[in-house]
Amino acid sequence: MKYADVVIVGGGPAGLAAAVRLYDMGIRDILILEREHSLGGILRQCIHDGFGLTRFGVSLSGPEYASRFIGEVEKRQIPYITDTTVIEITRDKLVTAAGEAGLLQVQAKAVILTMGCRERTRGALAIPGTRPAGVMTAGVAQAYINLQNRMIGKEVVILGSGDIGMIMARRLTLEGAHVIAVFEVMPVASGLPRNIEQCLNDYGIPLYLSHTVTDIKGTDRLESVTISQVDDHMQPIPGTEKEYACDTLILSVGLIPENELTLGAGASLDDHTKGALVDEFYQSDIPGIFAAGNVLHVHDLVDFVSMEAEALAEGAAAYVREGSLPECLVSVTAGDNVGHALPQKVSGERDFLLSLRPRRPMQDVRLKVSQGENIILERKMKKVLPAEMIQLKIRKEKLSREGSITVSISQ
Amino acid sequence: MQREFTCIVCPNGCRITADYEKKEDGSLIIRSVEGQTCRRGEEYVRQELTDPRRTIASSAAVKGGEMPLCSVRLTAPVPKKEIFRVMEAIREITMEAPVEEGTVILSNVLGYDADLIATRTVHKA
Repeated sequence: MKYADVVIVGGGPAGLAAAVRLYDMGIRDILILEREHSLGGILRQCIHDGFGLTRFGVSLSGPEYASRFIGEVEKRQIPYITDTTVIEITRDKLVTAAGEAGLLQVQAKAVILTMGCRERTRGALAIPGTRPAGVMTAGVAQAYINLQNRMIGKEVVILGSGDIGMIMARRLTLEGAHVIAVFEVMPVASGLPRNIEQCLNDYGIPLYLSHTVTDIKGTDRLESVTISQVDDHMQPIPGTEKEYACDTLILSVGLIPENELTLGAGASLDDHTKGALVDEFYQSDIPGIFAAGNVLHVHDLVDFVSMEAEALAEGAAAYVREGSLPECLVSVTAGDNVGHALPQKVSGERDFLLSLRPRRPMQDVRLKVSQGENIILERKMKKVLPAEMIQLKIRKEKLSREGSITVSISQ
Repeated sequence: MQREFTCIVCPNGCRITADYEKKEDGSLIIRSVEGQTCRRGEEYVRQELTDPRRTIASSAAVKGGEMPLCSVRLTAPVPKKEIFRVMEAIREITMEAPVEEGTVILSNVLGYDADLIATRTVHKA
């Protein structure tokens, strides 16, 4: 058995940023475990640009953004093992992984969960029809085209207006495919407005809101999909069916934080984020087990993933040194038009970064953070969108150690 | 004339409204630009009204590498209508491994002030 101060599970943007910050804070006994052949996570296949505008002030492609952090890890000689999948983490922070060298066990003082998320698949949507080839998630399409040099189809329908789906609509068009349309079951797009503009509008690809796939036809290869309009309750409206001949259906219907290991360790998850319940140190309800990035809650931008992981590193470093962190007993709850607020627990004694996502789009709103009668922060905003995460710095001066904090958005 | 824009410069994606007039000689008078939260938003709208430009990212073939492709991007935007011509130029490229991140693969693509660079390193197989 090996020993390490900190084991980091996943060498994507969150894990890499946490490792570098921990090292710079003097925690040097670190081990990164990565299941893929190289570090970088999903950024390896995100070859489009637009990464790093917040973190570095320049627009980089995914591989370049990852390479900046990988370079920092290499420079510090922070140990990492690739082709190795963590299969279990215990409450006592014993990490078991399977890799080329066989089974690896590491007893850690602290464990950092940065496993990212995976895509929702056709199974999760229960779309009826046959099961032909040509139906795949946007990320899988992206890996085929950008990493393996395989074109996936010629006539493409995209279900879901997630950012990756829109980015793949543009990518497929550039590579010579015909993207018929993007259909979104919700009455509002789930991806960023700039991607609707530069990935769909630029190429004349229509976006139909309140529409979904209600049938899939084809024996070996996909032959057509049936699209129906949906009502206010997202139920297909009979009589609105329209059949589109196509050979490829791409699903961009949401990301799910990958938390089997987290649950296995005994940590509790938030029903809404599907990530761990954490305090202001990004510590789960199992002391010494931390989480940041997309495994904690799905982010819009990698820049915020890196910054969250860097903030996590400060808490984790203190935990390794002191053996525990201050208690966090004040709960943070989501009020009107707020889907989730994070962290879910704070001490009331320190500044913290509040992350939240609105449930519905709204204009000319007032965002309010309050603790009992006491208003901690109030901000007017021109518009809020579910596609855009909001982050606010909350100052300790306004906080008390008693009474829960509520975040709400109203007109 | 009024036209609405979604700024693509940064992820904020500001909704910007421009009020402008197109003269018969093709020149443009922009009366107002509203809704942007920074200076780059106004610049984007002016550019969009006169000469819309886009950057582009794709991948180019690599021979003898650890993977068959190397991701590439333009270092500056080119006119939007040239995007598919740039794609054609990228499709014609075949590089030999190793390729170093940051290498200029094509300079002044199609005569514009933009280079095509490798955005990752591809080692020899």
